[in-house]
This record gives sequence, C-alpha cells and structure tokens, in this order.
Amino acid sequence: MAYFLFIVKSALKDLFKNKMRTFLTSLGILIGVASVVLLLAFGMGLKTYIKGQFDSLGTNLIFVLPRKVFSQGGGFSSSGGLGGGIRFDEKDYFSLKRIREAEFVVPAFTKSVKIEANGKTEYSTFYATNDEIFQARNLTIKYGSVITKTEVEKRNKVIVIGPKLAEKLFGSAEYALGNTVRIDSQAFKVIGVLEAKGGGGFGGPDFDTFAYASYKSAYSINPNKTFSTMLLKAKNEETIPILKARTIEVLKKRYKEDDFQVAESTEFINTISSIFSVLNMFLVAIGAISLIVGGVGIMNIMYVSVTERIKEIGIRRALGATRRDILFQFLAESVLLSLIGGFIGLLIATGLILLIRRFFPAAIDITSMLVAIGTSSFIGIFFGVFPARKAANLSPMDAIRYE
Amino acid sequence: MSAIIKLDNVWKEYKLDEEVIFTALNSINLSINSGELSAIVGPSGCGKSTLMHIIGLLDQPSKGEVFIDNKNIKGLSDDELSMLRNEFVGFIFQQFNLINKLTILENVLLPAIYYRKKIDYNPRERALQLLERFGLISKINSYPNKISGGQQQRVAMARALIMDPKMILADEPTGNLDSKTGVEIIQLLKELNQKEKKTIVIVTHDSEIAKQTNRIIRIKDGQIINHN
Ligand SMILES: Nc1ncnc2c1ncn2[C@@H]1O[C@H](COP(=O)(O)OP(=O)(O)OP(=O)(O)O)[C@@H](O)[C@H]1O
Ligand SMILES: [Mg+2]
Repeated sequence: MAYFLFIVKSALKDLFKNKMRTFLTSLGILIGVASVVLLLAFGMGLKTYIKGQFDSLGTNLIFVLPRKVFSQGGGFSSSGGLGGGIRFDEKDYFSLKRIREAEFVVPAFTKSVKIEANGKTEYSTFYATNDEIFQARNLTIKYGSVITKTEVEKRNKVIVIGPKLAEKLFGSAEYALGNTVRIDSQAFKVIGVLEAKGGGGFGGPDFDTFAYASYKSAYSINPNKTFSTMLLKAKNEETIPILKARTIEVLKKRYKEDDFQVAESTEFINTISSIFSVLNMFLVAIGAISLIVGGVGIMNIMYVSVTERIKEIGIRRALGATRRDILFQFLAESVLLSLIGGFIGLLIATGLILLIRRFFPAAIDITSMLVAIGTSSFIGIFFGVFPARKAANLSPMDAIRYE
Repeated sequence: MSAIIKLDNVWKEYKLDEEVIFTALNSINLSINSGELSAIVGPSGCGKSTLMHIIGLLDQPSKGEVFIDNKNIKGLSDDELSMLRNEFVGFIFQQFNLINKLTILENVLLPAIYYRKKIDYNPRERALQLLERFGLISKINSYPNKISGGQQQRVAMARALIMDPKMILADEPTGNLDSKTGVEIIQLLKELNQKEKKTIVIVTHDSEIAKQTNRIIRIKDGQIINHN
C-alpha cells in the first residue's frame, strides 16, 4: 500500500512539475473521451426521444402511406418520399372500415396552414380527419369536447386545437372555446382544446400546435378530397399482423402493391434506431480515432520523459529498484496522465450535456462514465507500456553513467 | 578474515566496433575483507569506476567470477541482483546523484521503498537519525538543489546507510567538493569504518585521501599494478 501510494505520488509529482506538457499531452485524451461521452449521450438521448415520440403517437397502430417510404432492410428507399404517387380517398376509408380487426380507422389529410383568429395569424398543421383520431392517438381533451361522430356526419364546421396554438391565438387556452378561427378563409368554431402532449424540441413536430377538424367540413381546404395517410388501430398487439395482412389485401384490390406501404409504428422505430446506431458507431469511431491519436501523444511524451530521466533510472536501479519498479513508475505516470485527460473530458462533456439538454435530447449515465474512465486507463496502459518497458530494460550501468 | 567480496580473473571488455575490442578491466584478482577501508587509485580512464560498478553489482564482468560472501553471483536474476544492491551495498557518487524532485528525507528513504522484505525497524526514524547525525535535520523537507554540495554528499551518505549495508562504495566522493568539505566527508567515512565496521571502498585521485586508508589498490590500463 505504501509502495502504491509512493508510486502514485511520485508520478503525480512528475506530472505537476511539467504542468503545461501534462495538460497538452492529456488534451488528446480529453477531447477523445469528451467526444465519446457526448456521442453516447446524444445517441441515448435520441433513442429515448424517438421512442417517446412514437409512443406518444399511440400504440398498436398501423400506418398506411402512399409508396414506399421505408424500405425492407431499414433505411429510406431511394424511390421513397412522401408526396408523390397515389392518394387515398373516402372509398378507401370505407373499405378499410369493413376490416373486423380494426378498432379504429382514421383517414388523415394534413396540411401546413396559416390559422387566423383574434387578429393574429399562426402557423399550424391542420388535420382533416374523423372523430376516431382522438382515441387512436391518445389525444385527450383539456377544455371543451372532442369532435363527435354526429358532428362529422353533419359536416359541422368545428375544430379542436392544441393548447400551444390556443395560447398563441387567444392568450390563454380556455379562452379559445367558442371562438372562431379561419383557415384559408374557411371559418371553424373552436369546441375543444387538447391536453399538452409535448414534442417538438428536436426538429420533430410540435403536436401542441396542431388543429383537427372533420374531413367532411374541410373540403375547401382539401378540394381533391384525398387523404395522405390512413391510420388503423388494432384491438391488441396480437392482432397487428392480421390487421396488416387484411389492410394490404383490401388495398391491393385497387392499387399496385408498390404504390402503397403499410407499416407498424415499431417498424419506424426500428428503422430510425438502426439509422442512428450506424450513425452512432460512426461517431464513436471518430472518438476512438482521437483517443488513439491522444494515446500516441502520450506514448511520445513518455518516451521523451524516459530519455530525460535515464540518469534518475540509473540512480534508482543502483539503490535497488527492480525492473518492475521502474516499469510501474512509468506506467503509473502514463495512466495518470491519461486519466487526468479522461476525467477532465468527462467533466466537460457532463457540463455540455447539462447545458444542451434544454434544447436537445441528451443523456448521461453510469455506463458512459465507466466507458470514459475505462478507456482512458486502457489507453494509458496500452500506450504507456512501450516507453515504460524501455525504461525498465535499460542497463543500470549505462543509465547511471548517462549524462 | 573472510572476504566480503572476491573477484576472480575478472575482465571487462567493450566492443567498440566490429573489430576493435576495448579492454577496460584486464584479469582482475581482488579480494576485499570485511571491515576494510581501501582506496582504488589510478589515472583517469584506467577503469576505477568500472571496477567499482562490478564490485557494487551494477555491472557484470565479461569474463571471470564475482563472489559476495563466498557466493558466486553468476546465475542470479536481475531482480536478485537488485535486491542485493539494495541490502548489501551503499553507493556514494562524485555528482551526489540525488533525485532533485524528491525532498531530502524522501531521497534518504528511497532504498527502503524498494526493499521487498519486511523491515524490522522504522525506516523514517532511522532516516531522521542519520540526517540528525549528519547535521541535516533542519533540511529534511528541502530539495537537493537548495543545499550545498557538502550537504548533498552527506544526504547521499545517509541514503547509502539507510539499509544498513555491509559495504559502502564511494566513487570520487570529494571530487565535486572544496578541500575542507572533502576532508569532512572522508572523516565521516573513516568513522563509519572504525565505529560501525563498515567495509568501505573509496575511488579517488587524491593521494592524501588514499594515504588515510588501510589499503591502496593501484590500477593502470585496467590492471591492478600493486597490492599492499
Ligand atoms: N560503455 C562503454 N563503452 C565503451 N567504453 C567504455 C564504456 N564505459 C567505459 N568505457 C571505457 O572504459 C574505460 C574505463 O572507464 P572508467 O569510467 O572505469 O574510468 P575511470 O578510471 O573511472 O576514469 P575517471 O577517473 O575519469 O572516472 C574508459 O576508457 C572508458 O572510456
Ligand atoms: Mg570514474
């Protein structure tokens, strides 16, 4: 124990004697560790974020989209892209509704719109849809009421809006009820304001600024009477595959199989997380490269340090230090050098993550801390062992005669 | 009297290049008895330090045998030799050879750090005793480059004595000191020999110093030219 303390103490003494050199040498490790920790943090944060976004869409959902947006193996297909290709219409909606396994069938026409009220204009995503969207997507009402089946059938010009949109237009969410809003000069009466759902931070949609109306009341905004998506909700998780098969069966009667795509929400998650894990690996590789460069820097400076201290090594050997004593002395120094870098890197990364967290999903956990400390000790040992062995294998004779 | 160290036909050769071999020590036969105070003298480059390094187990001969307490060191591992140096030999050098970033006390304690067996005394207490005896107790937390040459050499002596070795090897211990300080150091070495019966070998140029020893070993061109 005394020996261990002695080794660590003298290594620290040597490192602090050359503060600038120590700092510059550990810089590589600092940057490497900080970037690996940051990347892990973003990776984890993004995964949680994406999963959260999909969970907030609702569970056991099947999305029907025109064309292939997501290809089989994961990743976006080259032919893909929203917008082009076929459009669904009310006829598709009715035929999908006949599928027994579907608890809800929600047609949706979406459009970015300007919405006016109270002399103000705000941007919103407008959904021309039916009454079932609220249940299918777990949208709960805060003030007023949701759109009912009867209101859809009667083509009532009513609208349910997100709380943020309500606040922006009317100052406070509850004042929105009973007021009129205009979209493309079509007037709608606000009958409900939704509970806040969040989202939106990282480039994603902010669900709380959306507006929902009956598709039958919105033909002036949707003159072609088409739908860009169909959303089906299975009764439970087990029936998802059957529902999917039935949906394809129904649509194939009218469209070519290549013209539409039926996907579960889990497929989206898997595709996106596989994209991110590839991205993550790439970023971790960048971190690894800076760690290796940092390690080579340590090795280089340790060789310099050995050369500078040949005489000292000779003295220690004359006093009875074994090869292993010398080896440990230099290894301790390189490991501490690397750990100092790793530790500062970890601190900086943690600070950055805490700062960034407010705008960007990022998470830090014990794993990334262990990764930081573990990799820096490993780098210290791996790159330190060559110079340390050189020091240990010097002949005591030559070392003590060295001037 | 038993030989504490015995060299039997020891050669040291350095290969300068493919053909030229330089003979630094040429068939040295020497035995030093326990409790002796001897001097190795000779012109510069004659091989005094080389001989001292072999006696002190820092170096090994190219040919010949070295016996420590009648035990041949041939076949000892590097670790075993290190341990012998640690316990058996105390070195004193011309350039003091203290480690500048360690304090005086830490320098003196260094051999105890490298001692692998259980120490049956408190090394710190012993270090303080030695430093007290050499008049350095007020300097224990200073650094070597902050004290005079004479003081540094006394620190080196304390360091050489911390493991209580049987043998002290001093390579030109006064070479970097003024004559008055040099005399003091030699006086201390003589005391150690007389009072503590340490075996002491002093390498020196100075015939005045050599005269104060019991035995002078003269070397020329790597050979011993007289024994007395
Ligand atoms: N590693 C080596 N390679 C080649 N020659 C060497 C080596 N080490 C020592 N020598 C030579 O061996 C000879 C003896 O050297 P040594 O240091 O023992 O001399 P010395 O008697 O101690 O001299 P000084 O009084 O100047 O200290 C010298 O000529 C030196 O050049
Ligand atoms: Mg010499």
